[in-house]
Order: sequence, then structure tokens, then C-alpha cells
Amino acid sequence: MSESAYPIAIFFAAIFTNNILLSNYLGMCSFLSVSRELKTSLGLGIAVIFVMTSTSMLNWVVYYKILEPLGIEYLRFIVFIIVIAAFVQLVEMIIERVSEVLYAALGIFLPLITVNCAILGVSLFMVIRDYTFVESITFGLGSGIGWFLAIMAMAGIRQKLKRARIPHGLEGAGITLIITGMMALAFMGFSGMLQIG
Amino acid sequence: MISALMISVGAVSGISAFLAILMVIADATIANYGEVKITINGDKEYDVKGGKPLLGTLMEQEIFIPSACGGRGSCGLCKVTVKEGAGQYLPTELPWISEEEQAENVRLSCQIKVKNDMSLEIPEELFNVKEFQAKIAKVRDLTHDIKEVTMELSDPPEISMVPGQFVQLRIPEYELTDEPVYRAYSVASNPSDTKHVELEIRLVPNGIATTYVHNYMKEGDDIIFNGPYGDFYLRETEREIIFIAGGSGMAPIKSILLSMAEKGINRRARYFFGARSKKDLFLVEEMQRLEKELPNFEFIPALSDPEEEDKWEGETGLITDVVARHMESGDNTEAYLCGSPGMIDACIKVLSDKGVPDELTYYDKFG
Repeated sequence: MSESAYPIAIFFAAIFTNNILLSNYLGMCSFLSVSRELKTSLGLGIAVIFVMTSTSMLNWVVYYKILEPLGIEYLRFIVFIIVIAAFVQLVEMIIERVSEVLYAALGIFLPLITVNCAILGVSLFMVIRDYTFVESITFGLGSGIGWFLAIMAMAGIRQKLKRARIPHGLEGAGITLIITGMMALAFMGFSGMLQIG
Repeated sequence: MISALMISVGAVSGISAFLAILMVIADATIANYGEVKITINGDKEYDVKGGKPLLGTLMEQEIFIPSACGGRGSCGLCKVTVKEGAGQYLPTELPWISEEEQAENVRLSCQIKVKNDMSLEIPEELFNVKEFQAKIAKVRDLTHDIKEVTMELSDPPEISMVPGQFVQLRIPEYELTDEPVYRAYSVASNPSDTKHVELEIRLVPNGIATTYVHNYMKEGDDIIFNGPYGDFYLRETEREIIFIAGGSGMAPIKSILLSMAEKGINRRARYFFGARSKKDLFLVEEMQRLEKELPNFEFIPALSDPEEEDKWEGETGLITDVVARHMESGDNTEAYLCGSPGMIDACIKVLSDKGVPDELTYYDKFG
């Protein structure tokens, strides 16, 4: 594959073959609790796309311009979390100030995402896999879209589940985890197409 | 070695400090909504600092909106009507607000923030709501799982309420909870005793508040509560009264009956009390004493599942069946119900079959 096409490959791989939720099982807590409703899943999914893309950009700059030159790469866990938390807080404040519509649709979910491990995961993978700046952006965007697709699919399935007869002990998180596993198996079908990481 | 350590400490502190300063600046500029004016019921005006949720902002002005979860948006109790200044509905409010309520601009006050001048409508009775400091004067067992807790008010020293209302008890942080929680309990004592408030609290397995009351609370403890709340009180009519309660649903009915006895309200009244077996039955002597004081009052306890050794000769069966057996026509009747949602829904059905108008059936459902 040519060098310039690689970011595009990463983008699609992050959505399908290396879906952060279905292949790495990251970001499960909000996935399990919010996927009850289609409408809220939509809001949260879009918020995740936005935050993943922007924090992977920010953290790339922080890592390669500050941490690496100073030789303190091992502090990336702490620094990434601080950067994500501060960024999300700022964005929430700004959204709340400028647009009421956007806040109702998106801003309300931002605090939920601050502690989402998928967001941190994207920043850490980007370092492990030595992505360039452009690759990191497409990886962040792709992972966000992948997470969005997974939660939308789950919300759709759970709408149907409401009318299904589920064994008592499996109601709620139990059946959701089993279905997530099945979805992960289905997504494995894509893995012949592309490979990254 | 030392210098490497210094660099890492310096770098993390530097980044944190930079972001912290950024946040402080943002807080003072972007999130600063300045002084705003809240107008309540068209006449009372409050100048408050904007930027915080409405529920907390009102609490700072000593206006207490009932809320069981303490502002996390998980109980749906803190509803207020916001006529102006709240903006559009948030997804976190919608699960609690019906379409009719949306048409009337009913909002969840813990979710909406005060960002500009607002105009609210709050029931006048809530202005009577205050926060009270009290001491636990007495704790006694009514049954194997219901305790009676008597609180003696210290500040303010007196409470003014009507029989049947409830208060919200503040449970401090302890093993089961990291933050104080508030739970609503009906008052069981006669409000004419303005210095004491008595509650009946049934142990719910793993319940945060009930476990605290049953296993941690001691006589002499300090406690905080706020109130009074609720519109479950005796209407002044000449109609016949049906009371129905189960378990700790006894509390508000007992309060109403004590007040009726004191004021000499001698309307025809029947009180159906449902319990499983004799060990769940309590305050029977007190009810018999009230029967003597109120000649037209009759206490009808019913056991759904009496045990052999109970030697029970009273009514048996589900409370709904017992009520159906005793009632003739409900035309001239009003009903007061307190208990679990299941019991109340079943009883409402029986009462409406008997002809008690729905709008004259008042109830207090436990959450």
C-alpha cells in the first residue's frame, strides 16, 4: 500500500476490522448504560466522534512536542487523561454558552465521555502504533465512527429486546454483553479486508 | 537521575497548571453568567448568581423543592413550572416529563441551569418548607421490620404542617453512601405537637436510608430534615371517609386520625389496614382507643396470610377483597390511600367500581 493511502486504510480499519468497542472492548460502561434509547445513543455517539477526533489531535501534539522531547513518554497516561478532561470541560462550557440546541443534543453527554476509556485508548494506540499526525486524525475519526455504529446497532437491537422474553437472570447488562459478543463475532467477518496495528 | 525526576515533575505540573489556569479563565469568562433575576409566582424576586442548576440555586435562597436523589436526575421529583428563561428540554429531563407537562413548561429543576432571568411558578406551600435541625428523641420497634422514630426539633424549634404531609430526611454519608441522600417519609404524629415529628420507617433490604435508620441511628443523634411537603391531607367535606393503608402507610393516616380526634371531626370513617400476618400488624391498641374517641370511626385490620398461631378471627384476604366486601355504594365517599404502588392501583380500581369518583380518591404512593 502506498504511503499516502495508509491514513485512509486506517480510517476504514478503525471502523470495521479494528472497531475499538467490538475488538478491544473499550468504552463499555457508557455503551451498556446509554444504549437503552436510540435518541440518546445518537447524541452520545456523535459526541464520542467529536471528542475522539479532537483529543487524538491534541494528544498527538502534546506527546510528540512536549513529552517525547523531554524524554518523559512514560507519563503519557496521566497527561493524556488531564488533557482529555480539561478539553471536554472547556468544550462543554463553550457549547453551553453559544448554542442551546447543540447543548441539548450533544453537550449534556460530554461529562459522560471524559472518563470513557475508549477515548484514552485511542490516544494510547496512536502512540503504540507510531501514527503520524494525519494518521492519528483519521484513526480518531474512524474509531469514533466505529463506536457510534456499534452503539447505534446495539440501541436498535435493544428496542426489539424490550418485547423479547429474556431469562430473568440475564435481563439488562447480561443480555447486552452477550449480544455485544455476537456483534463482535459478526464484525470479525470484516477482518480479511484490512489489517492495521 | 535527579534532573530526570525534576523534568518529569516539572512537565506534569506545568501542563496541569496551564490547563488549570485555562479552566479558571474559562470559568470566569465563558461560564460566567453574572447576576440574574429569578421571579417566582410573579411577585417574589431573587437576585442570584447564574451558572448553576436551578434546584441548587433555589436551595441557596432557602426555597426547597422536593427531591429524593439530590439533583442527579434519577428521581424526577424536583419539577417546577418555568414560564420564561429555561430554554429547550434536555434529554436528561425527558424521561420524567409527560407530554401534558411539556405543554405546561414543567421542567426538572436539577437539570436546567440558571443562565438568564427566569420566571417560575412554585406552589405557595413550598415557601413554608424549611430545613430543620433535630435530635432523635426515641426509636422503638413497631413490628419486626418497622421502626418508629421520634425527632425533637431544635432549630427552628417548631414546624407548622397539616396532617398527612411528609418530610425529607437527610441521611448522612456512611458505609452505604458516599454523599448525603434525602428520602421522603410521611409524618405519623399529630401536627398540633409542633415540637416533635414522628416517622414510621420500614426496613428495605439494602435500602440506603432504611438501613441507616434501622442499624445505625441512635437516640440522641443529630438529624436534619426538610419539609413539610405534599397535598395528602383530609379535605373538609361531609362525605364518608375510607382510609386504606399497608405497612408503613399507617403513618399519614394515623396523623390524620389523631388530628380528627383532637378537633372532634366525627365523620363516618373506616380504616382498612392490610398486613400479611399478625407480626406485621401494629398500633392496634392506639386505633381501638381512637375508635372510642370517634364513635363513627371503625378500624378494620385484614390479614392476607394469617399464621396458625395468630388465632386470627378478624378479616382475612387481600385488602382489595376486604374493602369490596365492606363497601356498599361509594357515591357519598372520599378515599385516602397510602402504601405500595401495586396496592394503591388495585384499590383505586375497587373504589372506582364501587362508585367513588376518581377525583375524590387521594393517595400517597411509595417510590
